[in-house]
Amino acid sequence: MKPNSFKNFLAEVGDISAFGWRFFTEGFKPRYEFGELLRQCYFIGYKSLPLVGITAFIMGLVLTIQSRPTLVEFGAEAWLPGMVSVSLVREIAPVISALICAGKIGSGIGAELGSMKVTEQIDAMEVSGTNPFKFLVVTRVMACTLMIPVLAILADIISLYGGYMGANIRGVVNWDLYWYQAFDALSFSDLLPAIVKTFFFGYAIGVVGCYKGYYSSKGTEGVGQSANSAVVVASLLVFIIDLVAVQITDIFQLT
Amino acid sequence: MSTQTATVEKNASAANGDTVISIQHLSKSFGENHVLRDFSFDLKQGENAVVLGKSGSGKSVLIKCIIGLLNPDKGSINVLGQNVPELNQEELDRMRVKVGFLFQSNALYDSMTVRENLEFPLRRHWMKSTLDDVDGMVMEALENVGLSHTVDMMPAELSGGMRKRIALARTLILKPEIILYDEPTTGLDPITGKEISNLMLDVQKKYNTSAIVISHDMNCVKIVANRIVVLIDGTCYAVGNYDELKNSNDKKVKQFFE
Ligand SMILES: Nc1ncnc2c1ncn2[C@@H]1O[C@H](COP(=O)(O)OP(=O)(O)OP(=O)(O)O)[C@@H](O)[C@H]1O
Ligand SMILES: [Mg+2]
Repeated sequence: MKPNSFKNFLAEVGDISAFGWRFFTEGFKPRYEFGELLRQCYFIGYKSLPLVGITAFIMGLVLTIQSRPTLVEFGAEAWLPGMVSVSLVREIAPVISALICAGKIGSGIGAELGSMKVTEQIDAMEVSGTNPFKFLVVTRVMACTLMIPVLAILADIISLYGGYMGANIRGVVNWDLYWYQAFDALSFSDLLPAIVKTFFFGYAIGVVGCYKGYYSSKGTEGVGQSANSAVVVASLLVFIIDLVAVQITDIFQLT
Repeated sequence: MSTQTATVEKNASAANGDTVISIQHLSKSFGENHVLRDFSFDLKQGENAVVLGKSGSGKSVLIKCIIGLLNPDKGSINVLGQNVPELNQEELDRMRVKVGFLFQSNALYDSMTVRENLEFPLRRHWMKSTLDDVDGMVMEALENVGLSHTVDMMPAELSGGMRKRIALARTLILKPEIILYDEPTTGLDPITGKEISNLMLDVQKKYNTSAIVISHDMNCVKIVANRIVVLIDGTCYAVGNYDELKNSNDKKVKQFFE
């Protein structure tokens, strides 16, 4: 990496952090944009549900099918629901739903705000007595932070159902027994960190998408770039947050 | 006469008597690009001042400084008795209720219908008392520009000229005291352009507004201008009415009228 691009990288990290911090300093002062927040929750949460649901179902199904042979080899087929449920709930469902959202929502926000920026719609809002940061950014970041945990929890449930289907392709696992075993393997300390980290995933996706769009450079080409780099940076951040989260749970012996 | 008392009241709201906008020694640069240098100009109550200047000479930057979208590097901009660069957010919002702004790119909200576009400034500007008749105001504003049938369409479904007129309706809906028009007739056919110019005159007469108009369209300039400012090299190069400048001996000024 050239020293100059490294400097740009650091500058951008600083800018994004400042932008994320501004969400807290401006977002909790009145005038609250509840109407717009609800609208964004609908778009971000409800509209992403089908995609997240299908992916989660397939992940649960595939993971179960692929884990079976190994467990059979050790004669531990009965552990299948427990093992699958722990990996799904702790890691796969939250991270996959966050990545899907980074792609769908991050690019959507980046492109939407980017085109609003280049066609001066953001300036027009400001002239119309509206703080565009509150109206556009705070509502979207808030909606992401609230909706992605909800999507992740739904993804947990749907992927476990996928696991149930997967377990029944080769073997036979009774419905009640599957859920008993799945939940028996899970403890509160599995669930809590997995859910807490999804709030951070959502926040990061919202902030990056909004930042990229809000500071989109002029012209339609800039809009495409904002959408694109919003996805790249948001996906990367999801993994980094995941890495940090696992270290923290490790330190507090929650594993 | 009742119009006269209204004029007197309006003038009282502007601290320095007759002048509604007073720009003193305004400078603005972007990096090495010095767009405005020491620009000074006064806009009088009830007049339409046209700003002429080449593309990229800083006309849009000038009116963006007036409305507080850009911060000048130096100088003062006095709008209705308040110095814009020193206002806080709330004071700015209150000032912007009285100052309409037509964007060069129209800046209609793509995700909203025409009705929502027009309602936006009405609902957002903390003016609860006038909220009873939002529908009436929207329809009136649309009738003024002759587009009442488009009320439930999306901006993307409209032609370029229609979008310009919707943007104009959105600017006028708050009945501002001062209006800043950024190229109101660009991209319109001569007939519609003339209609818009006449509409601008009507607004000026009916509500006794003052306006700064940026335009390259000489037909429009001829109709609306009470005074013309020529912006060259970031300064106020020449001021005068249409005929004075047209017959000016200065080459640079004459170019605009050929
Ligand atoms: N936000 C900005 N950042 C950097 N430079 C800018 C910005 N806005 C305008 N400029 C520069 O300021 C100069 C004047 O721009 P401006 O938009 O005011 O031109 P204009 O007189 O309105 O031209 P036109 O008639 O083509 O609209 C241009 O050189 C432009 O590059
Ligand atoms: Mg311009």
